[in-house]
Amino acid sequence: MVVWTDFERATIADIFSKLDYEAVGGATLARCLIVYPWTQRYFGNFGNLYNAAAIMGNPMIAKHGTTILHGLDRAVKNMDNIKATYAELSVLHSEKLHVDPDNFKLLSDCLTIVVAAQLGKAFSGEVQAAFQKFLSVVVSALGKQYH
Amino acid sequence: MSLSAKDKDTVKLFWAKVADKAEEIGSDALSRMLAVYPQTKTYFSHWKDLSPGSAPVNKHGKTIMLGVADAVASIDDLNAGLLALSELHAFTLRVDPANFKILAHCILVVLSIKFPKDFTPEVHVSLDKFLAALARALSEKYR
Repeated sequence: MVVWTDFERATIADIFSKLDYEAVGGATLARCLIVYPWTQRYFGNFGNLYNAAAIMGNPMIAKHGTTILHGLDRAVKNMDNIKATYAELSVLHSEKLHVDPDNFKLLSDCLTIVVAAQLGKAFSGEVQAAFQKFLSVVVSALGKQYH
Repeated sequence: MSLSAKDKDTVKLFWAKVADKAEEIGSDALSRMLAVYPQTKTYFSHWKDLSPGSAPVNKHGKTIMLGVADAVASIDDLNAGLLALSELHAFTLRVDPANFKILAHCILVVLSIKFPKDFTPEVHVSLDKFLAALARALSEKYR
């Protein structure tokens, strides 16, 4: 069972309340596909991913980024039960999407960097620690149903 | 995943923009690392004060960034340029190389905070590759 401090709960709620899910989601997924280009393997039918500009302007990527952020929202709203909340999503990523779970960490690193740019100085070391702890719980839950 | 000519140019250009803030970047990145990855504090048990912005953290952050500056200058032959530092880390400091990745991530987060417009995805990928190459060169002498 994950134990969250009051600071961590407040920090996660606060960060997500400030995020524009469309902008952040799209920017995060695009960044992931650019910085770690092998992740493009999962997006074969998403159209033009030939270069950074194409990826950043791709509407399917933008839309999927938003979907991902809304998925994270479920964890934000169920912080005491992330593992159960994500059981189905874990099965989906394993059985249907066949995503290597190492990719979850890559995406979460990109999200940290995008959120850092948005929050600026407010993204202190303590805030970053809480945010990365949250993301590592999410990543672990998403990998739980793989076998 | 070696550095292309474009990566090297991107790194040098970006470094020129940020070099005068190197001390702040180093200090912030190190502070962050100690806060976000508490296991890294084990390497600094000899410091009186591990809090963000403390004297030892600031001084050491500056030292680290001077090393990164050296690496930028030696970008065409990192192994040669970082030989002495590699021997230091391998034989004296014996820092587990997994920590290089951790610090690199913290440096990228600080760059994203301080230079949100300049730290584009293209700059990000070149810098990420550069810091990984730097880490490899730093681990050269380990075994």
